Amino acid sequence: MSDVLILGEVKEGSLDIRTLELMGVGKRLAADLGTGLSVALVGDAASAAAKQAVSYGPDRVYKLEHPLLTGFNPDLWLASLEQACKEINPKIFLMSHGPMGMELGPRLAFRLNTRLTTDCIDLSIDPEDGLLLRTKPVSGGNAISKFKCPGEPQLATVRGKVFEPAEAADGEGMIVNVAPEIDESMIKVESIEVSKEDVVALDKADVVVAGGAGLDDEEGFEILQQLAEALSKHFGSVMIGCSRVAVDKGWISSDHQVGLTGTMISPDIYVAVGISGAIQHLVGMIQSKKIIAINTDPGCNMFKVADYGIVEDYEKVIPALVKRLEELS
Amino acid sequence: MKELSIIVCAKQIPDPEAPLSDVSVDTDKKEVIVDAPLVINPFDENALEVALQLEEEVGGKITVLSLGQKVSDTVLRKSLAAGADDLILLQDDAFEKLDSHSIASALADAIRKIGEYDLVLTGRQAGDWDSGQVGLILGEMLDLPCISLAREIKVENGNVLVKKNIPGGYEQVKTRMPALVTVSNEVGELRYISRTKMMKMLRARASIPSWSSDDFVSVQGGLQKMEILELSSPPDMRRDCEFIDGATPEEKAGKLAAVFKALQ
Repeated sequence: MSDVLILGEVKEGSLDIRTLELMGVGKRLAADLGTGLSVALVGDAASAAAKQAVSYGPDRVYKLEHPLLTGFNPDLWLASLEQACKEINPKIFLMSHGPMGMELGPRLAFRLNTRLTTDCIDLSIDPEDGLLLRTKPVSGGNAISKFKCPGEPQLATVRGKVFEPAEAADGEGMIVNVAPEIDESMIKVESIEVSKEDVVALDKADVVVAGGAGLDDEEGFEILQQLAEALSKHFGSVMIGCSRVAVDKGWISSDHQVGLTGTMISPDIYVAVGISGAIQHLVGMIQSKKIIAINTDPGCNMFKVADYGIVEDYEKVIPALVKRLEELS
Repeated sequence: MKELSIIVCAKQIPDPEAPLSDVSVDTDKKEVIVDAPLVINPFDENALEVALQLEEEVGGKITVLSLGQKVSDTVLRKSLAAGADDLILLQDDAFEKLDSHSIASALADAIRKIGEYDLVLTGRQAGDWDSGQVGLILGEMLDLPCISLAREIKVENGNVLVKKNIPGGYEQVKTRMPALVTVSNEVGELRYISRTKMMKMLRARASIPSWSSDDFVSVQGGLQKMEILELSSPPDMRRDCEFIDGATPEEKAGKLAAVFKALQ
């Protein structure tokens, strides 16, 4: 029996760290249910990833291989997974709460007539009925809710960096081919072009200087950029972040966005400039080691979570700060 | 080009920008208590903004649907002040704390009752339960092509062209209308609505149509509520903030520079 299934994702030819985390939590749930873990891999060539997955000790690795499954076409992936779930009949199916899981999860839930809980930070088994207990942050992070849902498979997407990744384990996991019955007529949404952009890897920054609505205009980010450059002489990697509002206003691109629907980060220092601190922003940066807030409103949320605060107009204090930092170097 | 009929689903939620001190968790009632005004979910406002831009470009009609146990006429009238043509409130006690599947099912019934449409737009997720499911389930229920996380939407010859967010960039995709698109905040915030315009809309006599469950839900008693076993407060995020004082911005900057030096 291998009733706990997870969706594996492959990045640059090898299993994504999120997949290892899913295997980690999946193994625990499988043990609690007295069953085994299996991994589903989708793609035009999944053999290498399947071999790699076996080395973490699952009972089974299902290969959903088809020449049409190059890249990520949601319509085809969905059809393949729907079919695989109907064949495999897992009790629990977990996906990572990334772009793929967010897109496939709700649609798969509908097609399998079950219910999904997204962005789970804890999962356990109800000993009474074997159903999945799903814990997730709600209200932007203002509360933590534990849900139970009917339906099979029990479906959830899982937040990254919450569960420990699985470790390599001995195992004679079987690789099983599930041939997806898909064809081009299933493609409802056609991909025209994939465009790569130079995006900031905010989660790799040592220091993040972030701006929000309080900057008042786009030029505010130029002032933040000067601070970032001054700080980069003292610290490793310094990057520019922002709140959701700054993206909505068109001041900066969304790869800089910190928070629940942006990037979740934990730099050594987070400098929040003109960010009032909506909860959905705070949850994205609260793990920062030190938080410095600059804001004109002494009552704003950001000061409540900050280590250091300056109540001042950023346009006055930051240029002076840049000057002092340059004198120090 | 043929005029567009666009349906925007907009949810009323407590202001997600509310200060932390205005939010508490009632663990007995399993409710988040937010002592802040109700607003339209910001991502749904983003969806409305795209709809308004498309309407300006090719002409058409925008219908806003808002579903809940009780939907505030005053909150949702903002969508009319912004330029939506019709607003329909879908409210009934039966809609209290529905799960995503049931919300989508009720919205699908309402949209079928409206009949003709080219585009259904929803925000990527709502700031109350942060589930991010209703839009895509709705698309499946209506058997529409689904596109998620749009940052730019255009229409052309019966097709909708969308730039959708993907890791490390975007993907240009295309499908035939009718279609469902979930909208991300990169599309931009809802346009500015002048106070006069807003007041005028609030005072307007015209009553807003309100449908109860009996008016449009196809299977009465078929809606399911979320099963919440526990609701708790998150770990305390507060820290003791050391305020850096000074007579001038320069003095404060000097002290902050010293803080950075110490952290180095």
